[in-house]
Amino acid sequence: MTNHYIDIKNADVILIMGSNAAEMHPISFKWVLRAREQRGAKIIHVDPRFTRTSALADHYIALRSGTDIAFLGGMIKYILDNKKYFEEYVRDYTNASFIIDDKFSFNDGLFSGYDAAARKYDKSTWAIKLDAKGIPEKDPTFQNPRCVLQTLKAHYSRYDLEKVSSITGTPVEDLKTVYELYASTGVRDRAGTELYALGWTQHTVGVQNIRAMSIIQLLLGNMGIAGGGINALRGEPNVQGSTDHAILSHILPGYLKAPVASQTTLEEYLKKNTPKTNEPQSANWYQNYPKYMVSLLKAWYGDKATKENDFGYANVPKLDDGQDCTVLNMIDKMYEGKIKGFTCIGQDPAVSLPNANKVRQAFANLDWMVHVNIFDNETASFWKGPGMDPKKVKTEVFLIPAAASMEKAGSMSNSGRMLQWKYVAEKPPGDALSVGDIVYRLVNKLKGLYTKQKGAFPDPIVNLVWNYADAEGNYDALATSKAVNGYFLEDVTIGDKTYKKGQCVPGFANLQADGKTSSGNWIYCGAFAADGTNLMARRKKDDPTGLGLYPEWGWAWPVNRRILYNRASVDKNGQPFDASRAVLKWVDGKWVGDVPDGPWPPLSDKEKGKLPFIMKPDGVGALFGPGLAEGPFPEHYEPLEGPLSKNLLSSQLNNPAIKIFAKECDLYSGCDPRYPFVCTTYSCTEHWCTGAETRWMAWLTEAQPQAYVEISRELAELRGIKNGEKVRVESPRGKVECVAMVTTRFRPFQVGDQTIHQVGMTFNYGWLFPKDCGDTANLLTPTVGDANTMTPEYKAFMVNVTKV
Amino acid sequence: MANGKSILVDTSKCTACRGCQVACKQWNGLPGTKTKQVGTYQNPQDVSAQTWKLVHFSEGVKENGKPYWYFFSEQCRHCLEPPCMDTIDGYVDGGAVRDKETGAVLYTGKSKEAPFEDVRNSCPYNIPRQDQKTKVLAKCTMCLDRITNDRIPACVLSCPTGAMAFGDRDAILDMAKKRVEELKKAYPKAVALDADQVRVIYIVVDDATKYYKFAAA
Repeated sequence: MTNHYIDIKNADVILIMGSNAAEMHPISFKWVLRAREQRGAKIIHVDPRFTRTSALADHYIALRSGTDIAFLGGMIKYILDNKKYFEEYVRDYTNASFIIDDKFSFNDGLFSGYDAAARKYDKSTWAIKLDAKGIPEKDPTFQNPRCVLQTLKAHYSRYDLEKVSSITGTPVEDLKTVYELYASTGVRDRAGTELYALGWTQHTVGVQNIRAMSIIQLLLGNMGIAGGGINALRGEPNVQGSTDHAILSHILPGYLKAPVASQTTLEEYLKKNTPKTNEPQSANWYQNYPKYMVSLLKAWYGDKATKENDFGYANVPKLDDGQDCTVLNMIDKMYEGKIKGFTCIGQDPAVSLPNANKVRQAFANLDWMVHVNIFDNETASFWKGPGMDPKKVKTEVFLIPAAASMEKAGSMSNSGRMLQWKYVAEKPPGDALSVGDIVYRLVNKLKGLYTKQKGAFPDPIVNLVWNYADAEGNYDALATSKAVNGYFLEDVTIGDKTYKKGQCVPGFANLQADGKTSSGNWIYCGAFAADGTNLMARRKKDDPTGLGLYPEWGWAWPVNRRILYNRASVDKNGQPFDASRAVLKWVDGKWVGDVPDGPWPPLSDKEKGKLPFIMKPDGVGALFGPGLAEGPFPEHYEPLEGPLSKNLLSSQLNNPAIKIFAKECDLYSGCDPRYPFVCTTYSCTEHWCTGAETRWMAWLTEAQPQAYVEISRELAELRGIKNGEKVRVESPRGKVECVAMVTTRFRPFQVGDQTIHQVGMTFNYGWLFPKDCGDTANLLTPTVGDANTMTPEYKAFMVNVTKV
Repeated sequence: MANGKSILVDTSKCTACRGCQVACKQWNGLPGTKTKQVGTYQNPQDVSAQTWKLVHFSEGVKENGKPYWYFFSEQCRHCLEPPCMDTIDGYVDGGAVRDKETGAVLYTGKSKEAPFEDVRNSCPYNIPRQDQKTKVLAKCTMCLDRITNDRIPACVLSCPTGAMAFGDRDAILDMAKKRVEELKKAYPKAVALDADQVRVIYIVVDDATKYYKFAAA
């Protein structure tokens, strides 16, 4: 979240799209409903299915799965055509006035530079024109037809109401309702927030769904303000923490980039990843990149990381250039037999990953699997699952009992980037250990073996700092957290302050590129005060702004800032656009309110003032965003498996930059009459993801006992299915039997002259337990991911539904 | 007795997360029963000796053609003049008791001596149920053990949105009145159901029967 949960109460319009907030994030609705009760806020829910979120919304708007960009593109057009944007904000705080390179073009669904054979773009023409000083050329009057605002307008000119309606299946009147209501926040004294989750990310155009909304929020001046922002409701209680700590393969802790093989020296790596700017008033915060990387290497390799040896950079594993190690590719390599061993901690990929038949088969090609979990699940027991002959499966599986969350101390990072320290409620049962303990012991063992037996390249293991144990030699969460925060490794004087060796670094602005500081994750630097006080354990309820920032409850990254980009909530003179919702205010030469996005004075100070979007090299919000795989503006493409044979906006049916998996098990259908219905998948309130933890809980399986498919009354009639009857749902990749839930909450979509039926299933069930609960919807989902992140397209694919 | 205690259930703020349904079982030591998916989110299908709090799900289509989905987290209303108590008293002394301080109505072990069907039929809300083995009658206790120890009922505590509130009856009645007035602006049919007769007061914004057959007396 750019903002945070409590801040939802400050919004005037709450757009929930790509999320079923009431069911998946029940606590979010405390603040959604408070906004309505206290401010008269309007709640809009856009979703293919009428859910418990829709039930409480002021407006429920239906759209066909996978057509969000068409829907949002129509809103961008509406805002531009009707001049609903916040002009001062758009002119000064975004790249709307920047002039785009002459060679950039867009034609019939493709941007300039497309290589069809490689399914990739040469992005060199997706650029901003620079003047002689290397500063972006601008036209603040927006008259230049090549300026970003005019190019944006031209791009979305095709997204008129009728066209959008014919793609999304949303009636024109409903589109108008949303566009008018949401665009009403493009003024100083109204705020609009957007809540999304996996309903946006789990598409082949996932990142661009979010980009489209970011464009809207920038146009309306909703970024950086209270009650605004673009807010990802994270699923698992600490999943924000796990991504912050680099659970994904393309990053190091703190979202530093994973090095690639061609970056053989630290200098080459830093040069590639440290952005430069000639824009005089841009803070370009990432110019500090070397400080964060060197401090990370010092945290990992301590005294063995010296300037002379590149601070141990050679020890860090490198990706091959262009290599993608995300989960779909990992399973693909496992399926090919190229990956021999698999360590799986706290997951149930046999249920959660798409094309589960392929996943389960891939596990059978392993030599070994180590599975760490609090219960047995369909992954650990895959070898005795449906269609498996245990005698023929060679994989040796080790199931290691783990401690549950309430049996461990440590920090939890919530969606609002707030870290709260928690304590052990109960010791883990039997031999169960915390994952921290398991990893701690494993690495100690490895260090012993590498020290004794050497091996080809022992340095990364032998030289690793590994001193996170308490007095009894067990893993110590507090010691680990302090190392993550980072220490001064020598006495260091910064400004008029001198910090002693061994003190905690109180914020990443103090980190150094010369090896005098360590930090295991720069964005978490500051969670401890210099004297070692754990700020994550704070529980003070003071709220000086009245906006619900609660600055002394826990600690939020970065540097306890509760609303990101908050310099965009004030005008050039540092005065809030909306005084009744003042996140920041420049008073007597000082910022008052939230922790500002950098200490500099307001923008009107031509010497020291800085632009608000400090993480962007140009200092402004990017309406034109050239970094993504499929283009600088979001464009509508149909899902890989969709009901239409033609994209109504261009000749490009699917996202041109996605990877196509081509094994026989990766089969997909396009407009195949055997699979005529759109299907989407989701979770329910009562179960947690795969249900691997919750299906063992009798009160929860009582409430949601068995797998079901939700279908409209119209489809039920078409197929002769009665409510509660057993049905078979089938895709080119698999089939599942489950109970039909015939409901008025799904309706057929009128798309052009076609009637399109959509159905939906939960993925909460697996064959292991309870025995009669059914199996996962992921036996049906396709092996395909977003072009940037490889997040699987769980939300839109094609199936058939028949009575058993 | 002063005016005792009351619970307010504002269905306009209920997301049907069923935290209350589970919290009731957790605090009262009630088991999860074996259920089947029968084509609805609602499960179990009915209250029972093992399920004292149950969220009802009712869906349909509004006059404007848009769907609706109403949630009604059913429990004993703890009537000011409980007809079930009169019925039980007609057969056995002390089969039902009313707590003087709070007004909570409870069944005792002696309730097994009262004919179950008569008791059930006397309740306008169809609440009383019987334990199949012991024949003792069962229902919500207003968490009397909690509320007489400075704690709020388990269901109220579990509610993430604040759809439920517990307190002195006068304060709850006042809260209900204000909330209904506020809701009436957008929902002319908003009403606090049977507020003068019951301690567990439900606010609904549409016809009560659209929520659940026995929502109102």
